[in-house]
Amino acid sequence: MHVPTAHIPQSTEVQGYIHSIETCGTVDGPGIRFVIFTAGCPLRCLYCSNPDCRYMENGKKVTVDTLMQEIQQYTSYMNASGGGVTVSGGEPLYQPHFVAEIFKRCKALGIHTALDTSGYCDLQVAKPVIEQADLVLLDIKSFDSDTYTKVTSVSLEPTLAIAHHLNDIQKPAWIRFVLVPGLTDATHNIEGLADFVATLKNVEKVEVLPFHKMGEYKWEQLSYDYQLKETQPPTTEQVQAAYAIFRSRGITVV
Amino acid sequence: MFEQWQGFKSGNWVNEIDVRSFIQTNYTSYDGDDSFLVNATERTQTLWVQVKNLMAQERETGILDADTATVSAITAHSPGYIDQNLEQIVGVQTDKPLKRAIMPLGGIRVVKASLKAYGYQLDPTTEEIFTKYRKTHNDGVFDAYTREMRLARHSGIITGLPDAYGRGRIIGDYRRVALYGCDRLIDDKKTQLQSLEIDSIDDTLQLREEINEQIKALFELKEMAASYGFDISRPAANAKEAVQWLYLAYLAAVKEQNGAAMSLGRVSTFLDIYFERDLKHGVFTESELQELIDHFVMKLRMVRFLRTPDYNELFSGDPTWVTECIGGMGDDGRPLVTRTSFRMLNTLFNLGSAPEPNLTVLWSERLPIAFKRYCAKVSTETSSIQYENDDLMRPYWGDDYAIACCVSAMRIGKQMQFFGARVNLAKCLLYAINGGKDEKSGEQIAPAYAPITSEDLNYNEVMQKFDRMMDWLAKAYINTLNVIHFMHDKYCYERLEMALHDRDVFRTMACGIAGLSVVADSLSAIKYATVKAIRNQDGLAVDYQIEGDFPKYGNNDDRVDQIAVDLVKGFMNKLKQHKTYRNAVPTQSVLTITSNVVYGKKTGNTPDGRKAGEPFAPGANPMHGRDSKGAIASLASVAKLPYAYAQDGISNTFSIVPGALGKTEGDRLTNLVGMLDGYFHDGGHHININVLNREMLLDAMDHPEQYPQLTIRVSGYAVNFIKLTREQQLDVVKRTFHDRF
Repeated sequence: MHVPTAHIPQSTEVQGYIHSIETCGTVDGPGIRFVIFTAGCPLRCLYCSNPDCRYMENGKKVTVDTLMQEIQQYTSYMNASGGGVTVSGGEPLYQPHFVAEIFKRCKALGIHTALDTSGYCDLQVAKPVIEQADLVLLDIKSFDSDTYTKVTSVSLEPTLAIAHHLNDIQKPAWIRFVLVPGLTDATHNIEGLADFVATLKNVEKVEVLPFHKMGEYKWEQLSYDYQLKETQPPTTEQVQAAYAIFRSRGITVV
Repeated sequence: MFEQWQGFKSGNWVNEIDVRSFIQTNYTSYDGDDSFLVNATERTQTLWVQVKNLMAQERETGILDADTATVSAITAHSPGYIDQNLEQIVGVQTDKPLKRAIMPLGGIRVVKASLKAYGYQLDPTTEEIFTKYRKTHNDGVFDAYTREMRLARHSGIITGLPDAYGRGRIIGDYRRVALYGCDRLIDDKKTQLQSLEIDSIDDTLQLREEINEQIKALFELKEMAASYGFDISRPAANAKEAVQWLYLAYLAAVKEQNGAAMSLGRVSTFLDIYFERDLKHGVFTESELQELIDHFVMKLRMVRFLRTPDYNELFSGDPTWVTECIGGMGDDGRPLVTRTSFRMLNTLFNLGSAPEPNLTVLWSERLPIAFKRYCAKVSTETSSIQYENDDLMRPYWGDDYAIACCVSAMRIGKQMQFFGARVNLAKCLLYAINGGKDEKSGEQIAPAYAPITSEDLNYNEVMQKFDRMMDWLAKAYINTLNVIHFMHDKYCYERLEMALHDRDVFRTMACGIAGLSVVADSLSAIKYATVKAIRNQDGLAVDYQIEGDFPKYGNNDDRVDQIAVDLVKGFMNKLKQHKTYRNAVPTQSVLTITSNVVYGKKTGNTPDGRKAGEPFAPGANPMHGRDSKGAIASLASVAKLPYAYAQDGISNTFSIVPGALGKTEGDRLTNLVGMLDGYFHDGGHHININVLNREMLLDAMDHPEQYPQLTIRVSGYAVNFIKLTREQQLDVVKRTFHDRF
């Protein structure tokens, strides 16, 4: 892949709110990625590692132009590693125009784009963003809808609608599932998700993300009540067991 | 034609001493993967256990043994062995493995102090000889130092100078001994002498004396080799002899010189030619060839010098910098990667990881992908490789250069450097503010220029005074180095190493700067925020108060990165203005190795908010804990520093935990290769890759300055590491490696 680094059209003043950027993103999509963490999220996941991304107005206001100037400085790394730009969050679909514009501008430069989303968004609102994404990292935080609501405090339905849509348009997708002992690790829950994913033809792989507490300090800083203080990260065996469920259905899982 | 050359293609190398020509006409580039590599033989494993036991004993006692009387020289000691029945490559520096020799030509005081530190006493006769009858390099230097030079050295604004020990950073072309044998090299040197039978009382006279010394050293090398049972007057006849001949030549160098860095050069691909020939004819098997390399590397890991414990404090780990360069591209576009490039890296698996020999991969975007991925694999598993930009250096140094020490490129056998350690630029900035007085002692060190007296520091005023202070420093620095290298040539000449060079060598005066990121951030703070000087009762600025935020080097922000670039260019231009000994061409490095800690200790509070005594960032690294955009932004900042103005090298250290390189092994290799390709594509010169294991991570918690821009990432996790308290950082670092998944 060769990415031209020249001209950026100065046609837009679209702005958005971001928490931060990470230039060495290697775990949110393929290759080395410029990751934009947007601010603002309608979910309240119990295990959230970025509770400092909850409110849009707490983020930093930036224009797409500014971001594009910055992104273009890293094309050598993207070209060499098969990387690109990932928008994560927070919930990127909370700012659909902003994210769609970033993706559009990246695509014009031949830069690979990935959307890291919970899928909790009206499908019609999400569609134009998805259209501009080369890859969607869709977090299905639980397949059992009661557990989903318990974990996220919102409903599973919109996420499934987006999953179906991605399949309908054959958009490459990675499904992400956070394995939290005592919360999302029930066998029927994982099996339900695996059975569902097995019906989707657009899914390249499933990423099982072991729950971690690296965001716990943020909850303390923000004086939020962290309910998973006593929960431990899953053991290797627990993670392997989850892998096995996906693998038995012919799904690539990492 | 020598009979030993049978099977080699002829070229210019047959008529002249021209190892590059031999390599280019005979080597076989290899673009396959590592699947042909073999494990250590039983013999290797048994021998290595013995060596490891000796090293363990050495660690307990500081040094294993020392010869307190014999002055080390090429033929000074009788042969020594570890286990003669097992060793495929033989030769140690003294008569016993790891026993240290004394090399008083550099300085008798340091020999005495080093011995004393480990509970040994210098033989009185030896001491008498080197105080009464034979002057040393160290004595010569101090006889010629001016008051200003002594002050600058004492205050630590110029530091690490090789004025009490060997300067090192000279690479003999040890390959010549294997290819030509000593007799042919001696004949060549004699021809050189004849060519110098002209009237001259200056350069030529010095050169004639030196060449005669070189010839004597070559005879001694033959004699030393004969004591091990080898006739190296003739060329090496096979793979085993090639390794042995080459090693004996290197051994002679480390018997003769206790240099700050005693680098090996670029031998793997040279040796590969012998290996390929003998493999083809069934003379050796793959396992036997790997064994030769393993045993050779074992010996290189055993190189020891007698040094004082404070030297070790400056450069932790008692380093010898036996740097070996691997890979790179030929001028004709063929990669210089061979199977022996892989075999050399494979020693890190067969013998376990180790800092020596200092394996250096010369990286090109055009290297074969299988080799790139193998390097990445070795890096992620051993953290024992450094990488340097071959595409950047080749236009300067051709395709047969090697690295001395860490980052100093030189054409092998054609170029040497006068090693000059480095100046402390951060201290220089403080001197500019304080009118030449040391911020710690209050002593007048530099000329008493007018100090800055205002409370708020004004950028233009600071820059003007800093510029003038750097003028003084550059001049004092070059003059000091002239003294050192004049005396080193006179009293401690590298006879054997220089015997393995051409008659006329290109010399550089290798200067260096420390504290680049501290100064860049300080100037940025003064320019973009408000910095108030806090003065003591004597009017000396001893602390600084910063109001407001300012751009910090390491975030790919041109406002401050350009300051760093201008500093590098500016100081280089100042160095170039001064006359150097033997007309050496001044160069500079941005390199500290691990001495950034000691420089920090000796430097007071700085206007960037760094507190007195806190370590500097190593080399050209941004200050730790000031990067808010992640590691690639930090690499991008460093890559902006212009190699044209720092031709002695720009060192960068990169630390990452394996998980932050990617989720699967395949991802990790792809991303590390991509990172190296990207960094070097954008003009970066050098990078150390530390992929942290648990032990290193624990060390990183105690010494964050040695693990700059430590990258910790998991999927979807946004972390502004710099905004965390120390406890939180430690907690995040700790959680990155847990027993659970």
